[in-house]
Amino acid sequence: MRISERFDSALLVLGCPEVPVQTTAVLYIAARLKREGIKVLIAGTPSARMLLKYADLDRHYIDEVMDLDMTIDGIVESGDNYPLCFVFIHNDAGISYAATMNSIMQSKVHPVIFGSSAEELSTQINFDCEKVVAVAAHNPKPLIKVIDEVIKWDV
Amino acid sequence: MGCLDKLPYEVILRNSSFSECRDYLKKNFSEIYTVSPGYKIFDVHIIGVPPVTIALDGNMVIFPFTKPCHGTFLVKVESKEEAFRLRKTSK
Repeated sequence: MRISERFDSALLVLGCPEVPVQTTAVLYIAARLKREGIKVLIAGTPSARMLLKYADLDRHYIDEVMDLDMTIDGIVESGDNYPLCFVFIHNDAGISYAATMNSIMQSKVHPVIFGSSAEELSTQINFDCEKVVAVAAHNPKPLIKVIDEVIKWDV
Repeated sequence: MGCLDKLPYEVILRNSSFSECRDYLKKNFSEIYTVSPGYKIFDVHIIGVPPVTIALDGNMVIFPFTKPCHGTFLVKVESKEEAFRLRKTSK
């Protein structure tokens, strides 16, 4: 089944953007999702959102950018749901956010784990999911390669 | 419920991992409750790996507070209302 037939929207959850590959990986996944006709929504910290706001000024890839806390509040309090969710992780807090998104939504959650401790962090994901894991900090290529191996793009 | 930033709170652990906070609570407090991730306390939703652990010490509520850039903080806030709600609704 085509990914676009299974999902009409995707939520990308971003933590602190201190590892450079995060913004590139977000835009890459957003671009691939847009090709599939899937609406892309971003929830992140203020600095993560600012990086994307100016990197995608004309909104070629991103449909909506939202505050992380407000997004979680909408899911818990109002029942907002996003059928597909990518959580970007490079520290322990990211693991907590991934577990939370998996717990509060009825969604397919993909943890995208990168940075120098990616492999160690990936062992802390204890829910059933397809993980994207690559030791990558400045060069995005290893992470992009694993994204393409795990996510079965149609287009 | 009040806004966490406007209440006097004490930070017990800072820049920790979620599991370090959970271990600290279990080791140092006897009245322990578990809640689901997203549980709203004061004005924040708790972010964490289930089961999320919260401790009570009288009217003191001790819970993990995760910030994306700084890890998890274990904070202690006095609130008769939140302590009552937790005792009533959680196990």
